[in-house]
Order: sequence, then C-alpha cells, then structure tokens
Amino acid sequence: MRLLEVENLTTYYKLKEGYVRACENISLHLERGEAIGLVGESASGKTTAALSLIKLLPENAHVMAGSIKIEGRDISGATEEELRHIRWKDIAIIFQGAMNALNPVRRVGAQIVEAVRIHDKLSEKEACKRTAELFDQVEIDPDRVREYPHEFSGGMRQRVMIAMAIACNPKIIIGDEPTTALDVMVQAQVLQLLETLRREREMGMLLITHDLSVVGETCDRVAVMYAGQIVENGPTEKVFSDPAHPYTRALIAAFPNIEGERFLAASIPGNPPNLLAPPGGCRFHERCSEAYGLCSNEVPALTNISPGHSAFCHLLQRRVKV
Amino acid sequence: MNKDFNEANNLLSVRGLEVHFAVRSGFFSSLVSRKISLVRAVDGLDFELKKGEILCLAGESGSGKTTAGKAVLRLLEPTGGEVLFKGEEMNAFSKSRLRHFRQEAQIIFQDPFESLNPRQTVFSTVAEPLEVNRLTRDRREKEERVAKALSDAGLSNPRELFMRYPHELSGGQRQRLAIAGALVLHPDFIVADEPVSMLDLSIRAGILKLMVELRDNKGISYLFITHDLSLAWLISDRIAIMYLGKIVELGSADDVIKSPLHPYTKALVSVIPVPKRVSLAGKTLLKGETPDPVNIPLGCRFHPRCPEAQPRCSEEEPAYREITPKHFGACHFI
Repeated sequence: MRLLEVENLTTYYKLKEGYVRACENISLHLERGEAIGLVGESASGKTTAALSLIKLLPENAHVMAGSIKIEGRDISGATEEELRHIRWKDIAIIFQGAMNALNPVRRVGAQIVEAVRIHDKLSEKEACKRTAELFDQVEIDPDRVREYPHEFSGGMRQRVMIAMAIACNPKIIIGDEPTTALDVMVQAQVLQLLETLRREREMGMLLITHDLSVVGETCDRVAVMYAGQIVENGPTEKVFSDPAHPYTRALIAAFPNIEGERFLAASIPGNPPNLLAPPGGCRFHERCSEAYGLCSNEVPALTNISPGHSAFCHLLQRRVKV
Repeated sequence: MNKDFNEANNLLSVRGLEVHFAVRSGFFSSLVSRKISLVRAVDGLDFELKKGEILCLAGESGSGKTTAGKAVLRLLEPTGGEVLFKGEEMNAFSKSRLRHFRQEAQIIFQDPFESLNPRQTVFSTVAEPLEVNRLTRDRREKEERVAKALSDAGLSNPRELFMRYPHELSGGQRQRLAIAGALVLHPDFIVADEPVSMLDLSIRAGILKLMVELRDNKGISYLFITHDLSLAWLISDRIAIMYLGKIVELGSADDVIKSPLHPYTKALVSVIPVPKRVSLAGKTLLKGETPDPVNIPLGCRFHPRCPEAQPRCSEEEPAYREITPKHFGACHFI
C-alpha cells in the first residue's frame, strides 16, 4: 500500500475576477522512506498543491476535485477535527522562512513542548525530555531549549523547525522551500540532516523547491510543475539526464553548471501565464521553442517514456507514433 | 600588490579598506566598562577593479561583501584604508567631486520588489536621478533619455511603460527598471548587490546577459556581489572570496573555481549545486556557521572551522600573497 497517493488534485482561488487555476490535476504518489521533489518557478502552484494536502489553505481557496489517500485511507473529505489528528501525526510541514515561523517572544523549547503536548498525551516533564532529544537529533545543544529564536542563527532556526516537524513521528514530511534563504554551506548541512532523519525514520518526504540542485541532492523522484500543472514526473537521474518536456530542458539549461561550459544560457522568453485565464492547449506553448500547431489547440495527454517517467507534451506523442 | 599593474587602467583601487561599526551597549554596561566592542564588517580589503572588468565579491552572509560594496560607493563612511577612483583618492573628494562621483557610480539592489517605490511610475523612477542631478529641465529631452535608458535595459516599447507602476511589471521587468534607473546617468561603475538572487532561474539569464552586454558596449565595470559561486563563475572575470571581512582568495574565475587554493574556497566549491543526482551523504561539510564579526578568531580567522588547521593557524595571521601568477590567497599551507 502506498504511503501517500494523490490523484487529480485541483485547487482554485476565488477572486472577484474569477477563479485562479493555481493547481490542476496533480497526481503524485509516495512510498515509505521515499523523497519526491516538486519543482517549479514562483507561482507555478507548488505550494498550493502541498497546502491542499493538509488543507492549510486561505479562505478563498477551494479544493475542486481530487482524492488524497494516506496508507489507503481517503482524507480528502476529512472534517476539521479529523484533520487536526492528521496534521503533525501523519503529515507534518516545514515552512518556508523558518525565521518567521517561530514565535519571537516565546522560548523555542516551549514552542515544541506545546506542539508535542497537543498531539500526544504527555506530561510537561516527558514533553520536555522529548524536546531535548529532538534538539539532539537535529544537532543543537539541548541546553539551548530555554533560548529565544533571536539567539539562534538562520540555520539553527531551520533546525528547530525540523525538530518541531518530526516531534510527533509523522509518516510524511512536507518541506516547503526549507533551505531557501540559507547560505550554501548551511543549506548543505540542513539537507544532509533531513536526509539522515528521513532514512532513520523511514519518512516519506515531499520537498517543494524552485531549486533543481536541492532536488538532485535529496530526492529519488521529481515532479516538475509549470503554470499549475505537473508537466513531467520521473526518477531524478532520468529527468536530469534525459528531460522529456521542453520546459524541463530549458530549466536545466538555465542552471549554471560548473562542470559544463562557461556560457550564459538563453532565458525562456516571456512570462508565466496568468492563471485566471491560462492559455488553451498546452500551457507552455507560448514560450516553447518547439511548439507547433497542435500545441495551442489541444491539451497534451500523458505519455510514458520509460517505467515511472512520464510527461505531458505533444512532441512525445509524435515521437512515439513515428 | 600587483606590481606590474598599470595604475591608469584601474577604475578602482582599494587598499586596506576597513569598515568597523561600534556596537551599541546597554546603559549599565556603558557605566561599568569603557570598552567599546566593534563589529569589524570589513577588515582590511585590497583589490583592484580594471576598466570594463567584472569582479565578483563572493562569500556567505556576514562576510562583509555588501558592506564593502557600500563603502566603495561612499554610501558608508569607511573607518580606514583608502579607495582610489580613477586614480583619485576618494577621501579627499570635494563636495562637488563627490556629487559627480554619484553620477559615475551606481548601485543595483537585490530585491526589485523593495528597491522600487511602489507609488512612483516607471517614468518618474527613471527620471528622478536626472532631476536630482539637475541634468535636464527640458521635458522632451528628459523623456528621450528615460526612453533610451529603458530600452538600453532591455525593455521594449519604453514609452508605453512610462505611466505604469512597479506592481504592473513582472520580476524581471522590475529588475530591468532598476537597471534603467542606474543607466540613465551613464555610469562607468556599477555595484550590483545580488541582482538576480530574487529572480526565477528562467529569467536570470536575461538580466545577466544584459549586464554583460552593457559592459561590452558601454565599458561599464561591475563589482558583482553574490553568495552564489556558480553564478560568479559564469559572469565574472575575477572572483574574490571573502570570509569575515577579508579576502581569502582572489584570482581569475576559472582559477578560483577549477583549482581553488584556500581550504574555505575548496569547501565552498565542493557544495556548489549541480543539476544532477548527487549524494550528500559522503560530503564533508564545514561545521557551524560564520562566527560573529565582533569576536573574530585570532590568527587565521578561518581556523576554527578549517578541516586542515594546524597549531600555527591559531597563532599567526597568514599573509595575503600571490601564490601562482595572478592568483592570490591567504593561508599558511598553500
């Protein structure tokens, strides 16, 4: 049984002007101990997709369709009360910008103790003990539980957020840009920590990022999002070595590679489309250098390239037919 | 430093630049102790910037790279050392010379969402420098210069953008607008402080290309400040690696990235992201983070985190010297 199975998840934001089609037909699955990366540029809908999983959406967001199953149990119709049990215990989330996610006027330890005690029936003392252990696991001196967030550096605060996320032994952890805004060296330290914890605890991890290299360093599989839709999905090695979708190719080409040649790659022309009224056909066709007639008229179907590697692009269909 | 260097070719020569900030202490501690602690943000910097060169100052946060950039522009008053701009000592600049310098040297900031005034139209954003410097009063000339600057910054149909506000522009367009604001005064020197780190990968290349083109066509020199070494390697001629307010290594982009000398540079290069599946498990990462610049370690300032540190490193500060031709470093063991 799969740890997490998401099918055709669709979330829209309601505005005065109409619906913003922020994420459409997202299908993902996650096995135990597996890490999958959800990559996309800003406004591609990756955070909306993740927040839809645990219904932490703003009020004007509407989950229009889709099913979410954790170990076969459908949680898409869960009530707020049921969701409270699912959050933290089944799925925990590490937010973007840990610096702002911690309460600045409360001691860091107390913030973790609070989270632990809400979800597990523990005494204050036991919860404190658990917190000290968690600090130890994320490689912070347990004596620092009585300090305030401002006494920690950026990397340490991110570690505290990780400690909080793993406090209730979740089965799935969602990292929403967990290392953005950190220095490269600290970023590598935090990613290494996440990797170790994931392997020790056999957690499934969904890592949301705009940075392809983060995916390369931590994820087994990657899903590339563009304008609210997944355009390519496959094993990380495959996607990097043989990208199937023109958008993925452009994204990888734009990444400065010190092992390759020293030149400035061409940028993708134009801007991502307005999701209030996305273009018909393939959403990428206006910016795609390989687009042809069909691309603007017809939504491309899913094409399997190899086991576990698939993409939505008309060119692939053509390749298969010929 | 570099003896065979032709002084006249240098747009900027920086010698022993220091920027120290006094730390505000509490009322009580100011009564009991007279000791003032200093944040030594920039602590003895030497480098030259040639005409038409792109020099990158790279380092982690807290290394003093932004402070250095501001100090050479005199946006911050340096506390020591000297900066020569076009062979002239900047400390001796008269008021009118400084005012002229403000036209010759410009800065581009990191975040085009914050650096632009949301209530100012595109036209007034770019025209403001002309007004402040009293360069033109003629409405038509002003419009022409603004349109020229916008199109130089790669914005097509500049006149249609005149009455737009920043929120109507995309991230890439905003950064181009910020660049246009710098270009309108025809500078020879631009400090670019992380100009693309807030932009998506797919639009970054466009901005970088624009900057390189401006160098090629207009001979603008850049001091490019970034924490991203792969970006530094792509765009710059030479790279200076900073750690705690000092340059630990300086050389051509290829030398620094492909054959780094200093242990700190080696560690940074080893964690440069690459777009492929790699394992982090076997990597040796530096422990901890950059220390507080109030308490800079004695001896080599990198020694507490250095994987190759020896007893000598904690006692004696290594000299910054030329190791191989035009490749400088500060470490006892290179």
